[in-house]
Amino acid sequence: MNEIFQGLLEAVGLILSFDRDLVDITLRSLQVSLTAVAIATAIGAPVGSWLAVTRFRGRRQTIAIVNALMGLPPVVVGLFVYVMLSRSGPLGVLGLLFTPTAMIIAQVIIATPLIISISHQGLRELWAQYHDLLISLNTTRWQRMRTLIWDGRRALLTAALAGFGRAVGEVGAIMIVGGNIDQATRVLTTAIALETSKGNFSLAIGLGLVLIALAIAVNMAIHNMLRTERASLW
Amino acid sequence: MRNLLAGIVALNMVLCPASASDTMRLAVTTSFHNSGLSDVLLPAIAEELAVKVHLLVVGTGQALRLGRNGDVDAVLVHARDAEERFVEAGYGVRRCEIMYNDFVILGPRSDPAKVASTDSAVGAFRAVAEAQERFVSRGDESGTHLRELAIWSQADLDPQDFGSWYSEVGASMGASLNTASGLDAYILADRASWLTFGNKGDLAMLYSGDSSLHNQYAYLRVNPALHPHVKAEPARRLENWLSGPGGKRLIDGYRLNDQPLFTPNASCTG
Repeated sequence: MNEIFQGLLEAVGLILSFDRDLVDITLRSLQVSLTAVAIATAIGAPVGSWLAVTRFRGRRQTIAIVNALMGLPPVVVGLFVYVMLSRSGPLGVLGLLFTPTAMIIAQVIIATPLIISISHQGLRELWAQYHDLLISLNTTRWQRMRTLIWDGRRALLTAALAGFGRAVGEVGAIMIVGGNIDQATRVLTTAIALETSKGNFSLAIGLGLVLIALAIAVNMAIHNMLRTERASLW
Repeated sequence: MRNLLAGIVALNMVLCPASASDTMRLAVTTSFHNSGLSDVLLPAIAEELAVKVHLLVVGTGQALRLGRNGDVDAVLVHARDAEERFVEAGYGVRRCEIMYNDFVILGPRSDPAKVASTDSAVGAFRAVAEAQERFVSRGDESGTHLRELAIWSQADLDPQDFGSWYSEVGASMGASLNTASGLDAYILADRASWLTFGNKGDLAMLYSGDSSLHNQYAYLRVNPALHPHVKAEPARRLENWLSGPGGKRLIDGYRLNDQPLFTPNASCTG
């Protein structure tokens, strides 16, 4: 219990002193996870809406698989990306291992199924309402998907933020493909794991509180920027 | 929306790594990193050799694996047999001994197995096994784990036969120390990790000083003939520096709580 209190003090101290290393790893956490979520949303939102408007054989199985992939263990993703990007692996020539790019790739793989699944679930409800109208207007599938994505942007935002939550708090995959290199690939979660392994619990908890504050700040900033929860729009 | 994307692009540009001096990747063991010696060596290396060293902190087994795959340019590890096999198989150029310290046997302060009164590491391990007191093993093929297994075998004991008092945790030195501290268990650790560990709890150092606890660190360059992309030149310069007077002076002078942690004994074979 004492450690949590000390962690709180530690966190306040770190933030007030504007510690350069802390700023560095916090910005890198943001860089990696926001980039990964932007890419994952660019993939996941269209796929989710496509799943909502299209009927095809094996659709239920596809949805079941996507739902199951939401629980993909990050360590397994990390290992897979490591094997692919290792110098002895098929993509080794790119030299991407132990770079932020490798960490982004791993997080895209982790976040995409979650974003597909949540956006599909949200857009499916919308499709039930829009179905008759869009069919009677003789729209193309592309037009239907576009309509759903635009009118269902709130559901997509929820999906993206859930994806961000999963990505920014993840440590197993980025530890393996990033390597937790000081001033190159260290982010908040890997720094927390490192301090825990040194037995510096209060510093680890302090960093954890910074991570939570960061997640809250990002969520609020995105809501602000996209003007959701405002009466004039919804 | 556009603002958000612009922000993400800007973040990526700002944090794009500037590649000024030579950089190389060195896989080191947790024990070396925990000692804090790297915080002294890396700035000196950056200044004197103009080489920026990126450290990957992993166990010896994983470090050698990274070297074998060509994912790092050199390794600094502590498991002689595994290192010699690494060089023999052609993954490494040669093996350079750099420095040594020692392993220590830790356990609960009350010492129910009476480890403190034994006169050898083998005796201490036998005492734990006889009393069936809880023992935490790294279980991750790190240098420390390999040494622990060697001591069990010197004691004519096989961890396969041990009961539930023997816990293989499969984790790094720090994580294993956290487990041992929580369980009040015995554990083999390197001196540097123990001295810098922040969650000692009720653990105490009960036995040290036996020659079978000698802990030799060696530096191995990854073979550029096998992996043409490795930074062979900075790796060679680093080898010269670590085994030369510059490295020796810093390693010798490094103190933690007024205790010397490493003794330099540079010599290269092959």
